[in-house]
Amino acid sequence: MWKRAMIGAVVLFLVGAAAYASFFIAPEEKTMHVLQRIFYFHAAAAWAGMTAFFVCFVSNLLYVWRRDEKWDSLGVSSAEVGLAFTTVVLITGPIWAKPAWGIYWTWDARLTSTFVLWLLYISYLLLRTLIEEPDRRALLSALFGIFAFIDVPIVFGAIRWWRTQHPQPVIMGGPGAGLDPTMSKVFFFSVLAMHCLMAFLIAERYRLEKLRTDFEIVRREAEAI
Amino acid sequence: MSSLHSVFAAYVIGWAVFFVFYLTVAKRTSSLRDEVDRLKDSLNRGK
Repeated sequence: MWKRAMIGAVVLFLVGAAAYASFFIAPEEKTMHVLQRIFYFHAAAAWAGMTAFFVCFVSNLLYVWRRDEKWDSLGVSSAEVGLAFTTVVLITGPIWAKPAWGIYWTWDARLTSTFVLWLLYISYLLLRTLIEEPDRRALLSALFGIFAFIDVPIVFGAIRWWRTQHPQPVIMGGPGAGLDPTMSKVFFFSVLAMHCLMAFLIAERYRLEKLRTDFEIVRREAEAI
Repeated sequence: MSSLHSVFAAYVIGWAVFFVFYLTVAKRTSSLRDEVDRLKDSLNRGK
């Protein structure tokens, strides 16, 4: 209990420090001014969400291969956490877009593929509620999760492959792309903080899933009497 | 909405989403733990 509280406090400190750095350490960008500071939160949350979906994808593959319940538990935990991060991305993006573009939303490749990603993982969680039998539920959702992950590289590549209204990549964007060194440090610190938060939330969600497994065992024992 | 208000709104709403998510996980864990304890008690009484 104390260990978890300590880890939670460290994560809270890191995300607080990242927010402080985004507002007070990162220099102001020349064209968007203060509005650009959303980038440190929005893009870092997007990266952490993609990592959570990658964890879900690997867990799904391992479940299909090994049929071990722990991979199913990790798969659903990381899918839910990835969904929370993608929800934040889909909220903070339009908040930035309104003053920058004059509109909250446009159906460009990056925005649409991110929205489709969100819908796919909502479907993954809905699918799990529709199947009663645990082994069948785990296998079918693992197969669906593997399919859903196909959209992650599409989201990543959308601003590289197609002309979009979404800003072009500043990280891994090729020649001409890049960030001011201080901005870059603040950004990567924000990414680190968001990944720590993601790992903490997955661990908390995984605990719930393990408890659910215990509950099923005790319930079956009670029914057998 | 001014740019500063937009930045403030993005951070506050973003953190609110994470906080609500954490709360729902904690609440589901706590109620499930109560249920497991209740079932274990009734099983022990039945033995």
